[in-house]
Amino acid sequence: MEVPILKQGEFLIATIQAALTDNDLRAFRSALFEYVMRSRARGIIIDVTALDVLDSFGTRTLSEIALMSRLRGAETVIVGVQPEVAFAMVQLGLTLEGVTTALDLEEGLAHLNRKPKRLDT
Amino acid sequence: MAEEIVVPINCDLDIVTARQKARAMAAEIGFQTIDLTLIATAVSELARNIVHYARNGQIELRAINNRNGKRGLMVIARDEGPGIPNISRALQDGYSTSGSLGLGLPGARRLMDEFEIVSDTSSGTTITARKWLGSL
Repeated sequence: MEVPILKQGEFLIATIQAALTDNDLRAFRSALFEYVMRSRARGIIIDVTALDVLDSFGTRTLSEIALMSRLRGAETVIVGVQPEVAFAMVQLGLTLEGVTTALDLEEGLAHLNRKPKRLDT
Repeated sequence: MAEEIVVPINCDLDIVTARQKARAMAAEIGFQTIDLTLIATAVSELARNIVHYARNGQIELRAINNRNGKRGLMVIARDEGPGIPNISRALQDGYSTSGSLGLGLPGARRLMDEFEIVSDTSSGTTITARKWLGSL
């Protein structure tokens, strides 16, 4: 299951559309990071609305994406964490370290748009 | 309704299968959305531990009743892997021998109502977890 990554202006939008295996998640991480390098994106939105489970591996992978992207000057915003998924994550003891979250795609974009632009764009 | 399902766990795709089957069975038993997610997440962690540490094993899912007629779901994660040398440490948050977050086992225990580990280094690990209906 491949995760589509769209470029919208200075932002990348990745929408996870179905349950991902650990290997899918690793492939997504690599693909997204390659895209970040190539596109000079300054913001990334990952939409996890379709995910019914965010366990320790999924959370760690999202955190890694955010930390790696930050080193390239891009902020990651996770949108669409379902309420019951959030509840389970807290019970598990998971935190999305270094990751900004927003309710949905619209709020995620609004957040990124408030950030200063890159000098050369 | 199937009273028992066995999901063989041999690769990362099986982790997804196990949590989907657990969710479906729990829904049939009558669990609501939040519990379905808690159960699916716990099964995901238990199945990943099998793939990660033992490579092969299985997840058994059983519809159960207690003495008072309360319905529940029992999850048994079984493998013949290297075993857990120190169970109490493995149940500590943040303890991991594999570079992971170390939240899988202690986290799965918090997500379920009952949780038992039997493990030794010669015969592998069996983790039995139960969730009861209406016990949140």
